[in-house]
Amino acid sequence: MELIQRTSNPWGQEVLVRISWDLFFIALAAGALFCIIHLVLRPRWLKREAAAAKAPAGFVSGSGAASGAGSERVVRHGLTARLFHGVMAIAMIVLLLTGFLPKVGIQFGQWLTLHWIFGVVLIASIVFHMIHATFFLRLRDILIGPRDVKEWFQEIRYMLGGSTPPAKPGKYPVDHKMYHAAVTVAGFAAMITGVLMMFRIDTPIFARNPYLYTDSTWGWIYVLHGVGGVLLVALTITHVYFAILPEKRWITRSMIKGWVTRGELVAHHDPARWDPGNADDRAAAAAKIARESA
Amino acid sequence: MSMIRDMMPGFELFQPATAQDAVALLERYGDDAWALAGGLDTFDWLKDRIKRPRAVVDLGAIESLRGVRAAAGGGLEIGAMTTLTEVSRDASVKESYALLAKAAGLVATPQIRNQGTIGGNVCQDTRCWYYRGGWPCYRAGGNICYADTPASMNREHCVFGASRCVAVNPSDTAGALVALDASMVVLGRGGEKVVKAEEFFIGPAVDITRMTVLRPGEMLTAIRLPAEWAGAHYYFEKARDRQSWDFALVSVAAAMKVEGGTVRDVRLVANSVAPYPMRLKAAEAQVRGKTVDERVAQSAGDIAVRGARPLHQNSFKVPLMRNLVRRAVREATATTTA
Repeated sequence: MELIQRTSNPWGQEVLVRISWDLFFIALAAGALFCIIHLVLRPRWLKREAAAAKAPAGFVSGSGAASGAGSERVVRHGLTARLFHGVMAIAMIVLLLTGFLPKVGIQFGQWLTLHWIFGVVLIASIVFHMIHATFFLRLRDILIGPRDVKEWFQEIRYMLGGSTPPAKPGKYPVDHKMYHAAVTVAGFAAMITGVLMMFRIDTPIFARNPYLYTDSTWGWIYVLHGVGGVLLVALTITHVYFAILPEKRWITRSMIKGWVTRGELVAHHDPARWDPGNADDRAAAAAKIARESA
Repeated sequence: MSMIRDMMPGFELFQPATAQDAVALLERYGDDAWALAGGLDTFDWLKDRIKRPRAVVDLGAIESLRGVRAAAGGGLEIGAMTTLTEVSRDASVKESYALLAKAAGLVATPQIRNQGTIGGNVCQDTRCWYYRGGWPCYRAGGNICYADTPASMNREHCVFGASRCVAVNPSDTAGALVALDASMVVLGRGGEKVVKAEEFFIGPAVDITRMTVLRPGEMLTAIRLPAEWAGAHYYFEKARDRQSWDFALVSVAAAMKVEGGTVRDVRLVANSVAPYPMRLKAAEAQVRGKTVDERVAQSAGDIAVRGARPLHQNSFKVPLMRNLVRRAVREATATTTA
């Protein structure tokens, strides 16, 4: 199977054209396969988690959710972050649909116009998110550090049958951080190349200039755009899958309504590493993390 | 680049006797199949080795695809394999749809019209020589348009409807069929479907590799002309470099219903200015409900070319189209046949 389409230009040089559209179907299959494997193994992990939640020592039980203190609402995602997530999600879905539907036979004349317009919306929302996350949120909450890598291996060992449960995370578990990193890489590949590809078409933003680069460079730009796109297909499938799992609905709810209960917080997070309700604790947790990282 | 060679490359030739058998073959070979009608577009592609189908399905033996007959519910049905000469000379076409008879009679030369079919004429590929020359352009599956560079030879290319590709629809009869509000009968794996001529032709914004909605495994079997536009006032004009034999630089087709000197309804179409036969809806709105005079004709022409974006060698198409539209509006009201 050909992964990348190539052609000979009029000067006899072999140049890249784009990714093979087969990769789109491979990404769909990969995303679906991941979800199926997870669904098969999920009961076993849920059973272990339930057993661990009952263990008295070394664990903070999730049963606090039922207590008075446990039902107290704690803000996990502020309105700004939720609005960004919503705009980004809409833009991403429209971009994937307009990018790939014509290739599976659903053709409509506005796909290209919709694609670049929502591409601009996505870029604007990402720029906003970068500023917001850098100056108004704790950026390190989402960054992957050496401790995360260590905890990730621990989590994998535990999932494969190891006896030591993984440590509770701060605001984001390591798998969330890795997902964010993957979306960042794929998203930036698609966005940067997408901006350059806007020079190939008529838009009010750039004067059209298809001769900005050589056909060889354009080929690489198209390929990177396609690779970013198909990666985002697989990542979006897994993201939606996790969002609808019953045991993850508290996370989905927090992205829609903004809050988690104190019980959910202590059940799934280490308050020493992230406690949005307690400024002193937060400072202490930050200091602790700084000490551990040093 | 390419050069027509004398020897035809090898392929499997099928000569089915029914449309269903033809569709089954087209479906079986998918992208590797080629439907052969009159062969006037086909043989250039094959001899140039630009298109390399594994199977050629010759539709010439399918009798049901030939001839002009009365359509159920009024109007006429023309088989896709009816030759352009037959269409241009058919008494019922000439009597009720003189617009199509004229357009078909202006295609290429008498010899080509004797061999060429109306189905082949509307389904033919664009004449962009970069594409036909085998250059790896957008339409050929690449990611660049070689006709839209500062040094390109793009005198014959489009002034409307470009979306990365700037090739035009070259068919003379396509514009007339859109003006007549014809329907195209398409046979495919899901059976028969009927598509309005206006929707049958697609531009690069929809699919940059196709000129029509036909997908691999589908074929055009007939064209239906509605009774609604029979005997209307018509006008067709084709401007070309050589009057003896050439593709249109601009063609304009007009169908009008006129009552008491007032235009009750109108369909105006320009072709060879866009990748598809282009309805001139704003110009139609300018004419509809009015008594045509010089002022109306002038303004219809002006409106028709609004939004034109000529390439660096085809600005001449804008005044040419403007004047053809003016003439079409002026003349169509004056005569029932152009």
